[in-house]
Amino acid sequence: MHPDHPDITADMWSPIDESIHKNRPVPGSIITVLRQCQDVVGYLPVELLDYISEGMNLPSSDVYGVASFYSLFSMEPKGRHTIKLCLGTACYVKGIKEVMSRVENQYQVKEGGTSEDRRFTLQGVRCLGACGLAPVMVVNQDTHGDVSSDKIINLLEEYK
Amino acid sequence: MSKLTVENLKQIKEKFAHRLTFKDKTYLLICGGTGCHATGSIKVMNALQEEIDAKGLNGKAEIVETGCNGFCAVGPLMVIHPGDIFYQKIKIEDIPEIVQKHLIDGKPVEKLLYKDPVTKKRIPKQNDIPFFAHQMPRALRNKGLINPESIDDYISRDGYQGVAKALLEMQPADIIDQMKRSGMRGRGGAGFPSGLKWEFASKSQSDIKYVLCNADEGDPGAFMDRSLLEADPHAVLEGMVIAAKAIDARKGYVYARTEYPLAIKRLQIAIDTAKQRGLLGEDILGSGFSFDVEIYQGAGAFVCGEETALMRSIEGRRGMPRPRPPFPAHKGLWEKPTILNNVETFANVAQIMVHGGDWYAAAGTKNSKGTKVFAMSGDVNNIGLVEVPMGTSLRKLIYDIGGGIPKKRKFKAVQLGGPSGGCVPEQYLDTPVDYEEIAKVGAIMGSGGVIVMDENTCMVDMARFFMEFIQEESCGKCTPCREGTRRLLQILIKICDGHGEPDDIRHMEMLSDVIRETALCGLGQTGPNPVLSTLRYFRNEFEEHILEKRCPAKRCVNLLKFEIEAELCAKCGLCFKVCPVDAIEWKKKEVARIDQEKCIKCLTCYDKCKFGAIM
Repeated sequence: MHPDHPDITADMWSPIDESIHKNRPVPGSIITVLRQCQDVVGYLPVELLDYISEGMNLPSSDVYGVASFYSLFSMEPKGRHTIKLCLGTACYVKGIKEVMSRVENQYQVKEGGTSEDRRFTLQGVRCLGACGLAPVMVVNQDTHGDVSSDKIINLLEEYK
Repeated sequence: MSKLTVENLKQIKEKFAHRLTFKDKTYLLICGGTGCHATGSIKVMNALQEEIDAKGLNGKAEIVETGCNGFCAVGPLMVIHPGDIFYQKIKIEDIPEIVQKHLIDGKPVEKLLYKDPVTKKRIPKQNDIPFFAHQMPRALRNKGLINPESIDDYISRDGYQGVAKALLEMQPADIIDQMKRSGMRGRGGAGFPSGLKWEFASKSQSDIKYVLCNADEGDPGAFMDRSLLEADPHAVLEGMVIAAKAIDARKGYVYARTEYPLAIKRLQIAIDTAKQRGLLGEDILGSGFSFDVEIYQGAGAFVCGEETALMRSIEGRRGMPRPRPPFPAHKGLWEKPTILNNVETFANVAQIMVHGGDWYAAAGTKNSKGTKVFAMSGDVNNIGLVEVPMGTSLRKLIYDIGGGIPKKRKFKAVQLGGPSGGCVPEQYLDTPVDYEEIAKVGAIMGSGGVIVMDENTCMVDMARFFMEFIQEESCGKCTPCREGTRRLLQILIKICDGHGEPDDIRHMEMLSDVIRETALCGLGQTGPNPVLSTLRYFRNEFEEHILEKRCPAKRCVNLLKFEIEAELCAKCGLCFKVCPVDAIEWKKKEVARIDQEKCIKCLTCYDKCKFGAIM
């Protein structure tokens, strides 16, 4: 029985079931299954962890233990793109707060959260050490300097 | 594809010999390591191919994407053979000139050649460049030469000759004997003699045994294993097959970091092609011996580099270490006898089989034989990957190969062995690279990360940085590591913030001793090293922070107040221009002034000032 979960669409179940089915006889494959399921869904909701533990015939405490131990696994939804805004002092003074609220309003996302459409995850981070470029934003792996609140939306529109 | 025999290996070697002697055409070897990919080597390669096609040079010139060349500081880079001409920092705009001048007119493109920072002369040949000239490539012997995705390239460089010899001509005892003669010690950091480890495992009685390769390279500033897997994955596989024969194992795993996608991709290609050719899997080279390898991807936990934690992780559990004994050679993965070696160790094995243990042991010092690969980074000119014989001095490594410290600054210390290692100050720079000698000065050989620090580095801040890393990565199983490292970090943060108390140093030393003696695994036992090793050589810096509330290197911002020395100020206004918060007042031909109210201590002006006027 597939549990109901808003983030797991009907077409996701077949790769999930396939991964569980294929790996069930392989001892120690739980990390592989979790990785593959996270690749499908984007993160590991608790309902999915329970479903996996049943399918793999493992105590759910074991599965939760593994999922919470490794930094690769996330039990919170993540967006397709991660925006990191530097909250170091230089960026703060240069107006990162305005940039932050602009992003929050434009994409309906709160700091530390993910937008409804899972396009962006917004994070405030400690000083990125690029104070000369302040205010600084890092999207996925790309560093952008001097991001004023009027420029930022054009920049972010590049990330679909 | 049919399975290969020893005879086939010879034929392939002959057939592809021209490719590696560069006799039939011009070969353009472009570095395809992660570093050069990031600086745009793929675009350069594509543009180069288009230009070659456009000029009708197909058939006369061939592009080969190789693994990491090692000189990451000057990427994207390319070596053209014949001639061994080295081009650095290639831009798309340079492509037509390279094709016209080098390939058509036969003259090197002067402006792209390496320029010696001391003599200011251009050096055309790769092997004349000091960075390469002082090296002794063994584990890295194929780097920048072969296409890592082509098994034929590897075979033509004597690839799989080690396996052929070990499987068809040698007994397990002979293999172990050669390993012992070679004096090879584990390159992952601990330096345990590999031959001895293999002997223990071979004597363990069991129907199932395992060979594991540790590619979970977690130290910040270390990229040896990644580069090796990207440049020469077959060499690692070959080492694993030979080890399997020595201990009679049938199954192996490479435990690789999931953060190394390119290394994993190339290793998977290597495994697949080796299986197709009968160099892995059932009945290897018709010897009757079978061995299979699988990649196991880690999921992001530093502690999984510890051997028992790594095995737990492959078993699908939380990667937490367990006490030893029993040692893995008796009870390892799934409670079966297991050997675990590092990527670099395995990469050397095939050559030890081909040339003999005595050949390998001819290089190096009394107790540390052969060569060691280092990843050099930090405040050093030539950032990159180097391999030197054991016994080379740190000074030679940093100054002759590394090209010294940039911006005419002074050397302060070099950090060896990652977060759990230690730092070596100026007065011990003549220490040779040798397990025991390095331990004597308070550091460890470690896996090969070399982080050079100049005079602008604050050692207290550095200790705090590494402690933060260790604390975050502590798995939490044993109390000394979980709680002890947290307390050490709290004290360090307190000192950096200017709230240090005179007893802090004594407390840290006491706590460090307890952690070192009682923690469960290597990560915990070496956890206090960043504190102990900085205290050993830079105690005065700690005292200045605690007693005088002063940071001599000007890194601990809570202890700083920025002012401009009027006599030194050149009135150039650079600080005014770079200040992100307009805290600097300056007019032409006037000394600048810092408004303390506005200053956020971001250090931008301090770093930019060429005259040292900002105090």
